[in-house]
Amino acid sequence: MSVLVEQQPPPAANPFQAPRTAHNARRRASSIAIVVLSGLSTAFAVAVLLFLLVYVLRQGLPYINIDLFTKIPTPNGEPGGGLGPSIQGSLILVGLASLFGIPLGLFVGIYLSEFGGRGAIAMGVRFLVDVLAGVPTIIFGLFIWILVVVPQQSFSGLAGGLALGIIMIPIVARTSEEVLRLVPKELREASLALGATESRTILRVVVPAASSGIITGIVLAMARVAGETAPLLMTAFGNPFFSADITRPIDALPLRIFNFADSPYQAQINQAYAGSLVLIVLILITSFAIRWATGGFKRSVR
Amino acid sequence: MQQSLSGARIVARLLGGGSRRLSDTLFRGFTLLLVLVVVVVIAGVTWVLVSNSMPTIQTFGWSFLTNQAFDPVHNVFGVGPAIFGTLVTSAFALIFAVPIGVGTAIFLVDFCPRPLQRPLAFIVELLAAVPSIIYGLFAFLALAPWLQSGLEPWLQKYLGFLPFFQGSFHGLSLLTAGVILVIMVLPLITSVSREVILTTPTAQREALLALGATRWEVIRHAVLPYARIGITGGVILALGRALGETMAVTLAIGNQASPIGPSLFNTGYTLSSVIANQFNEATPGLFFSAVIEAGLLVFIITLITNIIARLLIYSMGHRVGGLTT
Amino acid sequence: MSIQVRNLNAWYGRSQALYDINLSFSSLGATAVIGPSGCGKSTFVRCLNRMHEEVEGGRVQGEVVIEGVNIYARQIQPMYVRRRIGMVFQRPNPIPTLSIFDNVALGPRLNGLARGAALKERVERSLLEAALWNEVKDRLGEAAAQLSGGQQQRLCIARALAIEPKVVLMDEPASALDPISTFQVEELINQLKSSYPVIVVTHNMQQAGRIADQTAFFLQGRLIEVGETTKFFSHPAQKETEDYITGRFS
Repeated sequence: MSVLVEQQPPPAANPFQAPRTAHNARRRASSIAIVVLSGLSTAFAVAVLLFLLVYVLRQGLPYINIDLFTKIPTPNGEPGGGLGPSIQGSLILVGLASLFGIPLGLFVGIYLSEFGGRGAIAMGVRFLVDVLAGVPTIIFGLFIWILVVVPQQSFSGLAGGLALGIIMIPIVARTSEEVLRLVPKELREASLALGATESRTILRVVVPAASSGIITGIVLAMARVAGETAPLLMTAFGNPFFSADITRPIDALPLRIFNFADSPYQAQINQAYAGSLVLIVLILITSFAIRWATGGFKRSVR
Repeated sequence: MQQSLSGARIVARLLGGGSRRLSDTLFRGFTLLLVLVVVVVIAGVTWVLVSNSMPTIQTFGWSFLTNQAFDPVHNVFGVGPAIFGTLVTSAFALIFAVPIGVGTAIFLVDFCPRPLQRPLAFIVELLAAVPSIIYGLFAFLALAPWLQSGLEPWLQKYLGFLPFFQGSFHGLSLLTAGVILVIMVLPLITSVSREVILTTPTAQREALLALGATRWEVIRHAVLPYARIGITGGVILALGRALGETMAVTLAIGNQASPIGPSLFNTGYTLSSVIANQFNEATPGLFFSAVIEAGLLVFIITLITNIIARLLIYSMGHRVGGLTT
Repeated sequence: MSIQVRNLNAWYGRSQALYDINLSFSSLGATAVIGPSGCGKSTFVRCLNRMHEEVEGGRVQGEVVIEGVNIYARQIQPMYVRRRIGMVFQRPNPIPTLSIFDNVALGPRLNGLARGAALKERVERSLLEAALWNEVKDRLGEAAAQLSGGQQQRLCIARALAIEPKVVLMDEPASALDPISTFQVEELINQLKSSYPVIVVTHNMQQAGRIADQTAFFLQGRLIEVGETTKFFSHPAQKETEDYITGRFS
């Protein structure tokens, strides 16, 4: 004989009032708990970022001055000097990387959007691009090290630019494909109907229509590689003097920061912070600019 | 599209010029050429890594993975401790980053007041934009000293019965590297989870709501079962990121061999930090090959995690990337 | 037990969707809510179980009195209102990862209404009431996603019935179904209305004629006319009602 157990408590006078059972108390508790825990998680993430930003700001701001951008580092941590070669080197390296990365990335994006569609080859290429995006950047450094640096017996800015260029490719390719796809097909059809060739249509109509998105992707990629260190360790290597010779070692801001981070000299540590502040400001500016350009914070509508 | 194309062709022909076809072919050819270059790069990376690790692969075989010594002097190379360090720091990172990351995503989608949602999501994503060298600097100069003098003694005092928190304190340690990795992979987990949770069909949520479910019950029964696969993909992506991270870990972990033991306070090194530290010392021959083989290992493990993660996320109809990651 | 709606207004953000609705339903029987698209009939029904507030910008003013209690009173929590009112949606939405049994048992489990043998009994009862029991009794453990569209909708009805609701709300329950399943659902409504007050939103006037004792006509957020169904369709009092019924607009 089984006794049917119904959990209902004595009926409340008001059927829409919550019955005061332990079960319901548990439900309320777990609901509150999830709100609190998830809120704390968010607070943690936000707090960490803010703390980091403020910390670097406080450590680095006192050492930001004109010299930082114009002078070379002093030997043995003597006070003064700057990170001029690093900043110049970074600019050169990003420029070189863009020379390789932008065309390659853009045309892969064009291929995937305009010619590939859903075909098997395009899916394969898309997949490879995603794979490329997930490879740790030090591997590209190794790749160029073996391919260029070791045979040449010399670290060089060119090698650094090549390594960084490879990193840019998937970023530019993915964002370009994304925005090119958004261009309405009516635009392409109109252009073709007016007699333009396919190549003209793509180059003169479609790409310009997507230009703001493409530029956003390019800026994103450039900011990304501006902060990269690992691939440069074994390609550009670093150089404490101003040099625009890309066949010789060249400095970069992240490299210099790495170099100074474990320095015994406080002056160099200070400059490491100052350099970090410069990098962070750069990242913040580009991040905000990108958000602003993509119409502020899309993709969160439910 | 077909119809207007043939109409276009007629118009084009009327407007004259046979060079039309040529420019299209050239353009297509050029595009395909560049695509080929990219494909070749990936193949090239694989080839270069494999062929240059051959000496150590042939000399040590699988024992390369287990040998404790990375000893250039005696020409004996093994990355056992490096693999250990890589796995431990990455596992540590995930253990903490997954609940915090998924929790943040849930908050942002379900509980956060509407006007705050996008700014907060943006701030969390900024964490991903910070260059790893800055995390490394922070870990080296600020986090490590604090851990050594503050948190580690505390952990030993209250949780010292656990083998993880025994032994002498080092500022630069597996723990420090693990902690900085938590911060670095957190935004990735959050953004993938958030994207997936946002696409939970409203119909499912409504079904739960109409039964009188609490907020937690809606998430547990309608959202999470749906988002499970995508979130797992995001977690695996984060794992790949942690496994391959170089600069922050190199600065945080101490780069000295310790006997392989459970204590998180020990120093250690990872596969990537070995590469970063040793490449310049590497003499041609076995030493050189050992460094490359370490790189090959990193490449293979991150390749596998990346593929698995993407397959999981693709299966939900998403593609991670573009302007958010 | 009856349901009374008094001075009900509803908004989506700034735009108003319902204007001063006053309406009563008797304790048993089916009411059809008809009107052209966008007239507010779905919004109205969602106000009856406080689902409207869950939408972004959803806001409600007014009273809905069920069994003497105004469900919009300050101290009443929406969650417990919904716990006592069943809702069936236009597209069948069983939880695909759960089995047939677990889908029906979900409401009682969450709300702590039954366990063990009592739960099994309740699930069987609900599936019987929803005219689905015979088709699934041997495969209760199968995933709900395996069922056909019509079966899934009856599963959703069973799920709603399992919480022993005071009212059953249905938002175009048959519009996504094939004709045979539609017929089955209509048969079901005709049976259920002798045990529950059932309110059915429909865009199909013939359907209203087949299932409802009372019909209400909404237009642009206002209640134009309500009345006993046969009289409603044969001698509508308002011109707008007559225009709609005769198909002058749809």
